[in-house]
Amino acid sequence: MRPDLEIIQQWIKPGDHVLDLGCGDGTLLDYLQRERQATGFGLEINPDHITTCMGRGVSVIEQNLDTQGLENFDDAMFDIVLMTQALQAVRRPDKVLDEMLRVGSEGIVTFPNFAHWRLRWGLALSGRMPESEALPYKWYNTPNIRLCTFKDFEALCRQKGIRIRSRRVVDGQHQNSWLARLWPNLLGEIAIYRISREEE
Amino acid sequence: MPDSLPADSVGIVTPQSYHFDTPIELACGQTLESYDLVVETYGELNDDASNAVLICHALSGHHHAAGYHSMEDRKPGWWDSCIGPGKPIDTDRFFVVSLNNLGGCHGSTGPNSLNPATNKPYGPDFPVITVGDWVKSQSLLADRLGIQCWAAVVGGSLGGMQALQWSLDYPDRLRHSVVIASTPRLTAQNIAFNEVARQAITSDREFHDGRYYDFNIVPRRGLMLARMVGHITYLSDASMGEKFGRELREEAYKFGYDAEFQVESYLRYQGERFSESFDANTYLLMTRALDYFDPAYDHGGDLSRAIARASCEFLVLSFSTDWRFAPERSEELVNAMISARKKVSYAEIDAPWGHDAFLIPTPRYTDVFTAYMDRVAREVGA
Repeated sequence: MRPDLEIIQQWIKPGDHVLDLGCGDGTLLDYLQRERQATGFGLEINPDHITTCMGRGVSVIEQNLDTQGLENFDDAMFDIVLMTQALQAVRRPDKVLDEMLRVGSEGIVTFPNFAHWRLRWGLALSGRMPESEALPYKWYNTPNIRLCTFKDFEALCRQKGIRIRSRRVVDGQHQNSWLARLWPNLLGEIAIYRISREEE
Repeated sequence: MPDSLPADSVGIVTPQSYHFDTPIELACGQTLESYDLVVETYGELNDDASNAVLICHALSGHHHAAGYHSMEDRKPGWWDSCIGPGKPIDTDRFFVVSLNNLGGCHGSTGPNSLNPATNKPYGPDFPVITVGDWVKSQSLLADRLGIQCWAAVVGGSLGGMQALQWSLDYPDRLRHSVVIASTPRLTAQNIAFNEVARQAITSDREFHDGRYYDFNIVPRRGLMLARMVGHITYLSDASMGEKFGRELREEAYKFGYDAEFQVESYLRYQGERFSESFDANTYLLMTRALDYFDPAYDHGGDLSRAIARASCEFLVLSFSTDWRFAPERSEELVNAMISARKKVSYAEIDAPWGHDAFLIPTPRYTDVFTAYMDRVAREVGA
């Protein structure tokens, strides 16, 4: 399993009701259903991914976060709402975060760090938009339209009163190196955040 | 029919009639003392009878869903595109049961059958049948066939309503409910179209208050009009436009009111063909069953409370250009299932053919349907 998914699954309690936003081919939900007896849904718009999910017994709903939001889900109906590597691809990440923590009591978010040293270095040196393993697209065709840094994300959480319960920073291979822990916004490529509403 | 049968066809099939003489109580309060159901089956029932799939038909459908009755048949069964070896409902793995519903006109007991009390056709005396009644009769058929639990109950349109009703009325007798191009209830517009169809039939002078059999006549014009208006709702503006556009049958306008546009002659042809093979009273009955279907009705209009009883998994599919039962109606159903914490998967298939798209094997439709049914088959060890 992908190391980031390995980290995420440790945060899922047995029997949790889970919503996975942009669930891809359903690998994570499939694993959580089998290993954690989790229930729940994935949302996806890619037709091939949807077919794969259905074939492996993952409940998947064809739904576009940008146009349809999460209005069809009731308040607090999930224990955990997941969003791996999709926050940077939605039109309004701030609103998606609000919705995640409306329909779920906890959220897990992963995204690529735009302040990683290699991206900074690339931009500084070449004057061109950076590309990396985590961000393999050209500026004109990238689905990643809302790139941010770890610091940006944490500032948004503070502003919204969202509590960061834990953060794991990993490199491109999703390895948890001590350097990335030491200097995350410069050396970390992908962060895995576990968030919830600030308790009153 | 080609000279040889296609490899992915179930081949030559023979319908079978089952007689039931235990009275069945209907939602309208009446009882049918005895009745027949005509059934076709494809594939083999496995040892633990776990691989059975029930096909529920729509308004004008019947038991002949796949294969051919003889080598002379021009066309295969109505859902041959989805039922057969290697097709989404794979007859190498599933035992498929398809019946003509009660009230139908293709061999099962209906308005054109003899009423044992009078020895004349029932006609208007045949009770109004509901989706719930159909499901009840289908459960009795399942008993007869030795099927305790369906691997899946599958249907499109009115058939999808039956698949949904199964999950509510017999929650422990199906593992999966596949609801395609359907709706949890008709809209006012849907009912309005049905009413126009019924008015077309009942206002035909040859309808004789539904006792036309006694006069050895058929209200052909009414039935034809009903089918014409229905047919329009099955297609999309785009697909009609592509098929006919404004094409004329001859080169110039004739400044009259005969069928000059291709679309007019197509509709007339479809209507005429239909009026030769379908019973007018059955058409009334089927449209009424559609109108009445509303599982949320007994739950204060709350669909998710109605669905709370279900314990199967659901697959819901809609088609982008279906305006009869639009994707929004399927989404309403899916959202109620989500609220009720049921397992449900949903896809909206991009297809230009309107409501009829559920009968046409577009690649994505076939992929999704195949993937889901493959998993159902694996689950029951088929």
